[in-house]
Amino acid sequence: MTDRHVFDLTVNGVPRRVEAEPDMPLLYVLRDLMGERETRFGCGDGLCGACTVIVDGRAAEACDLPVSAVAGPVETAASLTGPAGDHPILDALLSRNAGQCGYCLSGIAMRAKAFLEVTPGASRAEIARALDRNLCRCGAHNRILDALEQAAAQMEGTA
Amino acid sequence: MKSVLVRDPLSLFPRIGDWLEPQGARLLVKSGRVELGQGIDAALIRIAAAETGLPHGAIAALPAATHLSPNEGFTAGSLSITVSGLAVRQAAAALRSLAIATAAEIRGCAADALSIRDGHILQTGEDTGLDLLGLAQGLDLSTLVRETPVIDTPRNGAVPDTRPDLRARIAGAPFLQDIAMDGLLHGRVIHPPNVPAQLIAVDEAALAARPGVVKVVRDGAFLGLLTEVEWHAVRAAEWAAAHVTWQYEDNAPDDVRDALRTSNVPPELSLEEGDAPDAGARRVETTASRPYISHGSIGPSAAIALWQKDRLQVWCHSQGIFPLRNAMAEALGLAPESVEITFVPAAGCYGHNGADDAAMDAALLARAVPGRPVRVQWSRADEFGFAASGAAMVVEAEAFLDADGRIAGMVVRPRSAPHMNRPGSGGHPNLRALSLIEGGSPPPVPRDLPLASGGGSDRNAAPLYALPYRKVEKRLVDTLPYRTSSLRALGGFANVLAIEALMDDVAAATGTDPIALRLSHLDDPRAQAVIRTVAGMTGPRPSGGDGRGWGIGFARYKNTAGYCAVLADVTVDEDVSVNRIWSAVDVGEAISPDGVANQIEGGILQALSWTLKEAVPVAAGRVTAQTWDDYPILRFSEVPPVTVTVLDRPDDPPLGAGEAAAGPTAGALSNAVRHALGVRIPDLPLNREMIARTLLRG
Ligand code: FES
Ligand code: FES
Repeated sequence: MTDRHVFDLTVNGVPRRVEAEPDMPLLYVLRDLMGERETRFGCGDGLCGACTVIVDGRAAEACDLPVSAVAGPVETAASLTGPAGDHPILDALLSRNAGQCGYCLSGIAMRAKAFLEVTPGASRAEIARALDRNLCRCGAHNRILDALEQAAAQMEGTA
Repeated sequence: MKSVLVRDPLSLFPRIGDWLEPQGARLLVKSGRVELGQGIDAALIRIAAAETGLPHGAIAALPAATHLSPNEGFTAGSLSITVSGLAVRQAAAALRSLAIATAAEIRGCAADALSIRDGHILQTGEDTGLDLLGLAQGLDLSTLVRETPVIDTPRNGAVPDTRPDLRARIAGAPFLQDIAMDGLLHGRVIHPPNVPAQLIAVDEAALAARPGVVKVVRDGAFLGLLTEVEWHAVRAAEWAAAHVTWQYEDNAPDDVRDALRTSNVPPELSLEEGDAPDAGARRVETTASRPYISHGSIGPSAAIALWQKDRLQVWCHSQGIFPLRNAMAEALGLAPESVEITFVPAAGCYGHNGADDAAMDAALLARAVPGRPVRVQWSRADEFGFAASGAAMVVEAEAFLDADGRIAGMVVRPRSAPHMNRPGSGGHPNLRALSLIEGGSPPPVPRDLPLASGGGSDRNAAPLYALPYRKVEKRLVDTLPYRTSSLRALGGFANVLAIEALMDDVAAATGTDPIALRLSHLDDPRAQAVIRTVAGMTGPRPSGGDGRGWGIGFARYKNTAGYCAVLADVTVDEDVSVNRIWSAVDVGEAISPDGVANQIEGGILQALSWTLKEAVPVAAGRVTAQTWDDYPILRFSEVPPVTVTVLDRPDDPPLGAGEAAAGPTAGALSNAVRHALGVRIPDLPLNREMIARTLLRG
């Protein structure tokens, strides 16, 4: 009844095989089929950034990306923490209590990671512009920017 | 001044065990307040850690549930810390005192020889091998909190001011949307554009044949579907929405503020105090208005329901799980004991959004598949279109000046759509789906909140300024068909905007400095202190005109809660850009100073977004916003630096911070724009179109 295909993805370094319709957005593949629920549903229209993940090194709205168009490894917010410790972005967000509900933060962290990896030492204004596709309704913007500035400096130092 | 009536939770839930429960290596805090993203859990944990001397990490907040928690009604009105925080503090002190008394007995020593470090009990500095949690397991926790003599044992110093829940909120799966359950089905409801409504035509067979649909649920005009795979539910719901025909009242005004202005609802006197000024006194008048405002939570509403025999379990993110339980039980014909509701956090909540209605949607779908849990996830368009908006308001304010240019009186006249349509209000379950199902009933006529609960349309309409005469005359306009309910600060946003705009208009009319004018009309030293503090934070301020200006706004939330002053520096080109914002706040004792600052910063930026950008579009009886493109909100690159000073008042009761900044922010921005342009822009949002329209009107 539905036209399903097999897709081989790499999610946070782990190979994953799923069967899905080619038009199913990566967001639903991750959350519903794979049980990777650290990526959030916010609007489904590509307009809020809550679902942002990294695909092949670049930020992408997972709600707007059909699984058939996923070319390259996928990173989600779960990759920010692991046995090797916390990524500087997660560390900075936590140390500054940078959030209220935190629903926006998974996507913001991933957008920031993709951006800072190619723009080390970015200024606060550049980070803010890079985050313009991500909405935060709780008004935690300044804390998030403080944290990302700190992370940017740290990532530059270790790059 | 009368204080807000608050039920004392310790008289309703008097036992230690009502609030605290030792469980293994942890102490659980059981407040009936819910974590809306505001950090209440972290604050309660901090309180319990400080009182018991347990390490921060050994305390956890138990999510509120109707079968486990004290019934604290709604988590609203910035009362969580004021009310539950103090109850938890007293319960924790009682628990500590009982444990210390027991330890003293075991050790055969005086209680004052004992101290607590990280939960371990020390005698003159030496570890006794006893620990507080271990002792607590053996204590009689049905002991009354108020009847436990308090032993003030020395214990751990500073408790970290952090949000232990934030890690999972970033990198984990702690939200309602993330719960995994065996056999879970995905539900979607096809909502009519407004209620009440009739479902005129739907091809149920065609809908049932859409890919992945396992069941179509229909009850009157309530229409939903279930799937095993979530994406199938999304697609089928989209298809259905495009293939149903509804009938509903579409003859409705599109300009709601015009409808408010011209409504002939008779005024209701909510306050009149002092002697009316002479009819001939010099007058200054201003008006302020706001459109409908969307809650705009980043995650649309969701709920899970599971129906087994006559027992209904619900997991949801409602602000009031107990009132919702009663409302759902009544709507579904169940006994309240048969409905069990557990709160699970979701995206930030700023008032009465779609959470309760989504819970009812989930229950109606789950009823069709007993034994299987059903998760309903509203779409972004559902949330814009079908969750209640914050009420539109038009407020007229008038000042009378005496011969010396002092303000001899103020009259404030709010005209408002309703602020109260929560479950159970109006003596009715007041759930959206109830007006659709067979045998259901249409939504009740909304009422206003009484002033004893802080008021609704007249919240903060009485100026806090010390004036010889104050009068508030409100009009609740309940004839508009667009559903509105409580949004952060309720009428306090537009009323404070109007009063603070009026203060600056008086300052301009009398050639007085706006800060001096406020200080000279206040007799409350705490009010004066936040204004003086914020004025001292800014350095030199722009002189006004030429498109650059500054403005101040001040209020004491509900006239009984937190004091907040906000000062804004803006540049008005075609758009308003905000250069900087400063704020000083006094919320009494700050349990979590960083949590208070976080709430104030967030409150300022949210109110800034409302003030400069937001308006819910409506037409022909429905909300027409579908996506964020139709409802722009503040973006990262538009955010000004915000500096907040929290005045510490360790000896004053905590007053709550969540809503204190909203009205003062609007006042500060409106006044700054006036200072920059030399013209008042009375209607929000203060965006390019509104400014151009106002200037053209002259
Ligand atoms: S959920 Fe993907 S951009 Fe909003
Ligand atoms: S912290 Fe709640 S939306 Fe950003």
